[in-house]
Amino acid sequence: MNWVSIRLEKRLDTPRWLNAVTPVLSVLAALVFIAVLFYILGVNPLVAYRRIFMGAFGSLYGLSETLTKAIPLILCGAGLAISFRARVYNIGAEGQLLVGAIAATWVALFVPGIPDPLRLPAMFVAGALAGALWALIPGLLKAKLRQDEVLTSLMLVYIASELVNHLVYGPWKGAQEWGFPYTDKFPPSAIIPHLGTTRIHYPTLIIAVLAAILAYYFIQRTRWGFEIRVTGENPEAARYAGMNYLRTVLLVIGISGALAGIAGVGEVAGIHGRLRYPQGISPGYGFTAIIVAWLARLNPLAVLLTGFLISGLLVGGDAIQLALNLPAATVHLFNGVILLFVLSGDLFTRYRVRIEFPARMAPAVAVRPGVEVKE
Amino acid sequence: MTIWDQILSALRAAVPAAAPLLYGTLGEVTAERSGVVNLGMEGMMLMGAVVAFAVTQATGNVWLALLAAALIGALMGLIHAFATISLRVNQVVAGLALTMIGTGISGIMGKRFIGMPPRVQLKPVPIPILSDIPVIGPILFNHDVLVYIALLMVPLMWFLFYKTRWGVSLRSVGEDPATADAMGVNVFRVRYLAVTFGGLMAGIGGAYLPIVYTPAWIEGMTAGAGWIVIALTIFSMWDPARALLGAYLFGGVRILQYRLQKLGVSPPLLNTLPFVFTILVLLISAGETMRKRLGAPAALMKPYAREER
Amino acid sequence: MAEPSLAVEMRGIVKRFPGVLANDHVNLAVRTGEVHALLGENGAGKTTLMNILYGIYHPDEGEIFVKGKHVRIHSPSDAIRLGIGMVHQQFRLVPSHTVAENVVLGLPRPFFFPERAARQKLREFAQKYGLEVDPDARIWQLSAGEQQRVEIVKALYRGADILILDEPTSMLTPQEIRELMATVRRMAAEGKTVIFITHKLDEVFAASDRVTVLRQGKVVATLETSQTDKRELARLMVGRDVLFRLEKKPVTLGPTVLEVKNLHVRGDRGQMAVKGVSFHIAAGEILGIAGVAGNGQRELAEALAGLRPAVKGHVFLKGKDVTNQPPRVLARSGVCYVPAERPVGTVPNLSVAENLVLKAYDQSPFCNGIFLDPEAIANHADRLIAEYGVATPSRETPLKLLSGGNIQRAILARETSCAPSLLIAVHPTSGLDVGATEYIRQTLLAQREQGTAVLLVSEDLEEILQLSDRIAVMYGGEIMGILPAEQADLETIGLMMAGIHREVA
Repeated sequence: MNWVSIRLEKRLDTPRWLNAVTPVLSVLAALVFIAVLFYILGVNPLVAYRRIFMGAFGSLYGLSETLTKAIPLILCGAGLAISFRARVYNIGAEGQLLVGAIAATWVALFVPGIPDPLRLPAMFVAGALAGALWALIPGLLKAKLRQDEVLTSLMLVYIASELVNHLVYGPWKGAQEWGFPYTDKFPPSAIIPHLGTTRIHYPTLIIAVLAAILAYYFIQRTRWGFEIRVTGENPEAARYAGMNYLRTVLLVIGISGALAGIAGVGEVAGIHGRLRYPQGISPGYGFTAIIVAWLARLNPLAVLLTGFLISGLLVGGDAIQLALNLPAATVHLFNGVILLFVLSGDLFTRYRVRIEFPARMAPAVAVRPGVEVKE
Repeated sequence: MTIWDQILSALRAAVPAAAPLLYGTLGEVTAERSGVVNLGMEGMMLMGAVVAFAVTQATGNVWLALLAAALIGALMGLIHAFATISLRVNQVVAGLALTMIGTGISGIMGKRFIGMPPRVQLKPVPIPILSDIPVIGPILFNHDVLVYIALLMVPLMWFLFYKTRWGVSLRSVGEDPATADAMGVNVFRVRYLAVTFGGLMAGIGGAYLPIVYTPAWIEGMTAGAGWIVIALTIFSMWDPARALLGAYLFGGVRILQYRLQKLGVSPPLLNTLPFVFTILVLLISAGETMRKRLGAPAALMKPYAREER
Repeated sequence: MAEPSLAVEMRGIVKRFPGVLANDHVNLAVRTGEVHALLGENGAGKTTLMNILYGIYHPDEGEIFVKGKHVRIHSPSDAIRLGIGMVHQQFRLVPSHTVAENVVLGLPRPFFFPERAARQKLREFAQKYGLEVDPDARIWQLSAGEQQRVEIVKALYRGADILILDEPTSMLTPQEIRELMATVRRMAAEGKTVIFITHKLDEVFAASDRVTVLRQGKVVATLETSQTDKRELARLMVGRDVLFRLEKKPVTLGPTVLEVKNLHVRGDRGQMAVKGVSFHIAAGEILGIAGVAGNGQRELAEALAGLRPAVKGHVFLKGKDVTNQPPRVLARSGVCYVPAERPVGTVPNLSVAENLVLKAYDQSPFCNGIFLDPEAIANHADRLIAEYGVATPSRETPLKLLSGGNIQRAILARETSCAPSLLIAVHPTSGLDVGATEYIRQTLLAQREQGTAVLLVSEDLEEILQLSDRIAVMYGGEIMGILPAEQADLETIGLMMAGIHREVA
């Protein structure tokens, strides 16, 4: 490692064009890389890419599916954008989505005495609350006990997922569902209406779009948004200005949990009409939303666009499964490579990269204690 | 079968069930001790599994298969190291990306192996004399070689961690990279090696599943073992000896889920135990003194850069 | 006449940093087996000089001789090979590791942890120099004095016979200081050469054989300690010319704004950093707090701003007890604070306009209910930018793109535009050019004329003398004395900065 030294110099200012161009170039580079991988694995990349594009955007059906799957991505992505803005790394949106789904199912199937017109609203409220509470656990651990929220929120994903399993295999297992890990079907009053013959459960779509827009104005135009931005950019300054750290952490992680919970409600009440095993409810929307938020540069308005595009990738991925005999996990390959490239691409916006071939190594000892960069 | 026989057979079964967890955890403990979290474990184990199975089918040689699995794991570890250490990418998200990639590629590669039995598999090798000891013999000393190697690695790594120059360097880099750097330790080299080694161990741990434990290739066959490894690393408080304890505890939980189901215990709830335990451990260890004694390496998840004047 | 043999000789050392001449043709000769003090204020170039000797910096000009041999020291490893060891002001110890582990960290061999050898060496050092340390203790369990012993042991373990101690007493208790001085003497008696950097006169006389005084990067004098006195050294250390004069209008003092009684505050490492400080400031008065950085000034200012809890004592603002009130409450009661580190008071990636409302963003007119009013924020920004002459391309420019002087103007604009009753300014002009410095100082004087009580913490004596109505000197967490400005002269203040008490005026 000592023959070449890669030096990173922090950029003081990132030109606007670079900020806009980098994610696009990163995604393109990722697609080229995946094409090479496909080629090695014996899949014709050109055919695959055409299928993906046509599958997602090439037909009305494809577009409607893309819009359908964009709903949870936008909801989770907008919430994560807020949370990441405050440098609260809630990566457990998947778990918050699942507990939202559990809460909705509980209201749909097991709470008697709710008038029909109020059942869906009650489900949304319950889902949002459940998601928020689930997210507050890592939030409190972070703000009160200084335990890292990344690991705790991740642990809670698996706990939530096993909770769903427990319910659909055990106490909530449906009477009519022979052997399948499903609950009974929801009553009609607990089903979110669809747009025509598509699977677009439009009330949730409206909530998602509104959430993204409101999230943007929340961050840019409210005093709490200001506190979030200051806390994320410079926690020292937030303390100096007398801002309440605990409140900010709980606020952002609560919001992101609530939005993920709403996404869970949409999936069970808008798509499946019942609670199913966890992978059946969400093929990892909560994790994919991390990419959505990152690609959007943590701007909730941009999440509308990136959520739609990444959703297209999911739908297109389904299309090539059938056509090219690929497993469902192929989509993960896309997600992972794009994420890695986008992250690495960010490097060029934050640093100037200098590659040097020094004749003699710089002194082996740091001049001063090194800086540690908390991302 | 008497209850006693049942307990014995459960204890015996827990040992191989724990082996992949132990490999993974020893690897992750090493990486995290150097200050780098690797959430790509699940993906690396899957890649190790699929590559091991592919090489077994192609060559009929289990040892070649293991070597290949170790190499692919190490390669993915190296990618993680490059991204997080040299490019200073967020460790958490980079690891998640690698898990996604490993899941994807292993799915595509493994598609044609589904339903095939492996051409060869590792057979148990009873250790003479020791395996004849009543009770303990069959539980501990009648397994395949990989189980023995995993067990031997625990004292070896403990010794390396606490009794050698490497161990002191490794731990200092994870605790206080600036000081380690000032004392002439090459922080970047130590971290690269630790993370790559972590990937290598994940590869071997993954390989154990299709060529010994299951034995067959099933898509996504690690079934969260990589995440349990992450939990175990915290649970063991970054210590190889406690990792052994934790791996057998959590391996035992996996075995028990089939056996306790008959008694009416919900297997999914049992599966949450590793994660619940881990969060409890985090709660207990939150105090200032506990944190200093047992807590996470202080520089965990923090990229290191020399300050330039 | 036979020259005593020299352990270290540095000739004509020049070191430039951007904008600063840190060492200006410095000559230093240290005899074998002596204790040599390097005396000077912060920024005099002492640490830079020693970092050059230890291979951390490379001199732009000059030559170094160690034990009579001309050497080039490229890195600390080179220095260690030459038998030079350095104990930095901030310890380089891994907190969660044991003493023994820290002592062997980074040594190229042996592979196995040299348990027995390490223990034996540690015992040997304990007997020889009084450096008692428990090899199995973890660093975080040790006091600052014990940690320092570990650092010295680390250097000795690597074979150092020339030992550099950088401000070795700054974190120690008086008892520990006495022990350290004894150790230093014993090491010298055993033939080791010790160079220690200090600004404290007592220590010079307690331990050193000779003393070299540095001021503004230059050597002022090298003296036999036995042939000088505190008065002479203090004059040599601080004597300087005043660059420019500011006009200071007479102001009639108003009622007392701030009263501090017996305040105790802990520092970052849990040590008592402020030990029973009492003073008061009246409206229209500037109280200057002089002293070398690290003597409790920062902790005092942070406690007054609500950012650090007071362990004991009281703070009264206009007669009201505000001890340990949160920063927000204090800010609302008219306490404004310009922190020492500019990054603390600003958010570099946010715009100038947003930084200007960092504290008032949730108040009318900038905020109605929960919504920010961008127009009010913009108007406010435009007004302050014009009034305080902040040079910025626009109010939407990220603050980090401004120069240091303009960032400081923006901070002052924010902190003084709300007519504070108490303004706390810590090192307000450090690192700024002459123009910006003069502007900042005039702003502080203008505040005084408007009837604000100003607490000015500065290391810059010239600044303190120019602006203050009364001057307090802090040393070791205590106020050594408070003088009216007209009675203060450099020599008196210099003595107090170096730890000599004086009756409260």
